[in-house]
Amino acid sequence: MKSVIEILKEIRPEFDFAASSDFIADGMLDSFDMVTLVSALDKNWGISIQGTDIVPENFQNLQTIEALLRKNGARL
Amino acid sequence: MNFTFRRKRISGVLVVVPANERSFAEEMRNFNFPESRSLKLKEVMGYDKRRVVEPGVCVSDLAVFGLERLFEQKLLKREEIDALLLVTQTADHFMPATSSLIQGRLGLKQDMLCLDINQACAGFVIGLMQAFMLLEQESVNKVVLVNADVLSRKASPKDRNIYPLIGDGASITIVERDVADSVIHASVKMDGSRASALTIPAGGLRLPSSPETARLEDVGDNNLRAKDHVFMDGSAIFNFVQTEVPPLIKDLLARAGVAFEEVDYFLCHQPNRFMLEKLADKMKVPYARMPNNVVEHFGNSGSVTIPTVMAYNLRERLLREQFQVCLAGFGGGLAWSAMLLTLGKLAFNQIKEYK
Repeated sequence: MKSVIEILKEIRPEFDFAASSDFIADGMLDSFDMVTLVSALDKNWGISIQGTDIVPENFQNLQTIEALLRKNGARL
Repeated sequence: MNFTFRRKRISGVLVVVPANERSFAEEMRNFNFPESRSLKLKEVMGYDKRRVVEPGVCVSDLAVFGLERLFEQKLLKREEIDALLLVTQTADHFMPATSSLIQGRLGLKQDMLCLDINQACAGFVIGLMQAFMLLEQESVNKVVLVNADVLSRKASPKDRNIYPLIGDGASITIVERDVADSVIHASVKMDGSRASALTIPAGGLRLPSSPETARLEDVGDNNLRAKDHVFMDGSAIFNFVQTEVPPLIKDLLARAGVAFEEVDYFLCHQPNRFMLEKLADKMKVPYARMPNNVVEHFGNSGSVTIPTVMAYNLRERLLREQFQVCLAGFGGGLAWSAMLLTLGKLAFNQIKEYK
């Protein structure tokens, strides 16, 4: 199983996600990246993140993404 | 708002798709985007092939083509048509109504009603509702519902938000009274306060087209778009659909006293695969009962996508069998609509290419 940061690096290899606390404000993820990320997270953890949870504030940083995963049933 | 209709049915469906097929793999080079990211998007959203009109082709051309095919095949007679309803957001002109142009070009009788309805992706259900209401009149025996759009003509080729998903097309749905004691439930909701999420800002009287409105602007995320082009706030539309559509369908089925498992197919508007999979997950409906493959073969053609799902996925079966289906449309307006009906034993269910 991949880690969140590994999945993020696959989507946007040009960015250092560990060095940012706000991926959206820093321009590292756009709305299409969020869709790609959700699809990858769903597959990796065998879950389906709720559509209503796909909002920018849930993708701001590693902590918010991990909270989103837990909310949707992933065991981290 | 809830509606109930009795003794009405769909008796035939013909979908017209332009012969001109575009491929996402070729078009993605137009965007200011790395190819690897576009390919990931293709996989998730289902972008692949789409059908778009050649320059100059209008909604009335697709509708006239389709109706002539039905006349030729003797599936419909000119004199039978008591009402022609056209649902479109891309009319040929401000005036007259495009439905009147279609009537004139086809030489239909004068003793009939022609009506344009400006609705987007919720427009198939809304058009059916209008057709059912007309059939309450003794003088109306057969309604032709045309859904048609050529939105590709208003999309910026440099806007990755919307260009790769747009398809053009038309559908012709014949609506009649049912000899069986059938009951159809429908619901529709509107929220004009969110209208700006899906709009063409210029070209009407509020902001007439000009060299200024035709100028491409950098709108962020490496996309270029003019005010003459269609704009979609993809995130807002996505959240609108995920928030509003499941409760609409849930309430509709509860009112009809029908469980989710009793619905054979959920035939939804087809914006993209990802949105439909999320919708299916939310409602715990297996993907096989909610087809999501129209966008990858034809693109998103607005209110035409629901009849396209019928004709593409259930072509032969809808001629022989009957199913309990739930239709759901959602989009510009904002508007969202759903309908529960028995569908099948159609006289025809076809897809024709417009050349």
